[in-house]
Amino acid sequence: MGVATLSLAGLFVATYLYLFKIGKIGTLACGTGACETVQLSPQARFLGVEVSLIGVLGYSALLLLALLALQPRYEGPAWPSRLLALLSGGAVLFTAYLTGLELFVIHAICRWCVTSAVIIVAIFLLAVRDLRPVAARR
Amino acid sequence: MAASPAGVSGFYKVLGVVALVGAAALIYMVKKPKDVSIPANVAVLAADTAGFRGYLLGSDSAAVEVSEYADFQCPACQEFETVQFPSVRQQLIETGRVRWRYRDFPLAQHVHSRVASHAAACANDQGKYWELHALLYQHQSEWFGKRDASGSFRQYARDAGLDVPAYDTCMQSAKYAGRIQASVDEGTKLGVGSTPSFLIGGRLYMGSLSSDSLRALVLALSAKPAP
Repeated sequence: MGVATLSLAGLFVATYLYLFKIGKIGTLACGTGACETVQLSPQARFLGVEVSLIGVLGYSALLLLALLALQPRYEGPAWPSRLLALLSGGAVLFTAYLTGLELFVIHAICRWCVTSAVIIVAIFLLAVRDLRPVAARR
Repeated sequence: MAASPAGVSGFYKVLGVVALVGAAALIYMVKKPKDVSIPANVAVLAADTAGFRGYLLGSDSAAVEVSEYADFQCPACQEFETVQFPSVRQQLIETGRVRWRYRDFPLAQHVHSRVASHAAACANDQGKYWELHALLYQHQSEWFGKRDASGSFRQYARDAGLDVPAYDTCMQSAKYAGRIQASVDEGTKLGVGSTPSFLIGGRLYMGSLSSDSLRALVLALSAKPAP
């Protein structure tokens, strides 16, 4: 349940950033203005795709998997839970790469990106915990 | 990971409420009026144009004055600015042969042009007109298709070294809407119908010119030998 809730929160963050990128939102609620610096930088695209759009798709996939893993037939470490851990692990690595770009290339930190990074790390930790048998979690 | 059916049912309800609240917040942000709007066809007051004849580059004693009527969202103007103008600036303006006068001529079909012109006018308040002017043209492809480009303009203002809160105040005031309209009216009276257009030696040239053509025109008008 925690993974689903966090995935939904991440989906809103990514959607907000993507709506800004495509011009649907005028300015980002970001005290320092660094969010716009990051979002308008060339590094805001990865292999020709907006990073925020990748976030929207990624969080959507995580949310669907988390809801699937809640179904009784997938009780225990079934494939949705394993895929959830794998996907969120990949997302953590991708987030680390993006954070590196913010720190060392763009030289600006976007608060919404930090929020997303915290969310994805939390999702990964919960997903890994959910792979363990129920008794072992106590 | 599976929970009891009652627990899951309650969780779905909570998740649904969170989803609705989040979606409503996003819809609100998309629908709410944007911060910056520069009206067209405003009444031009004397104060709008007092002491202002365009954005100038070059020596007051230059033999030739070139007035450019241009639109920040016009692709041909962007091409002129980025391809031809560096040579014009180096060969004609910096050598003292030409005084350049830039006039706003935002076309009606370009929804961001007036906001861009106003952003540049606000940059002029802080002595950074030409810096923002260059950034607006250089990044035209980034903001051209946006529904609201004011966030991009604000970023370029920051990149140009402007005091952003002062810039925001200037933009929200729309205080240069009349000045921009006066520039459009001036161009229209002269017969400008497309951008870029150039007024050189009293004659209007519509459409982009190469730096070589401009140089030839200027040399002919100034009747001075080439450097």
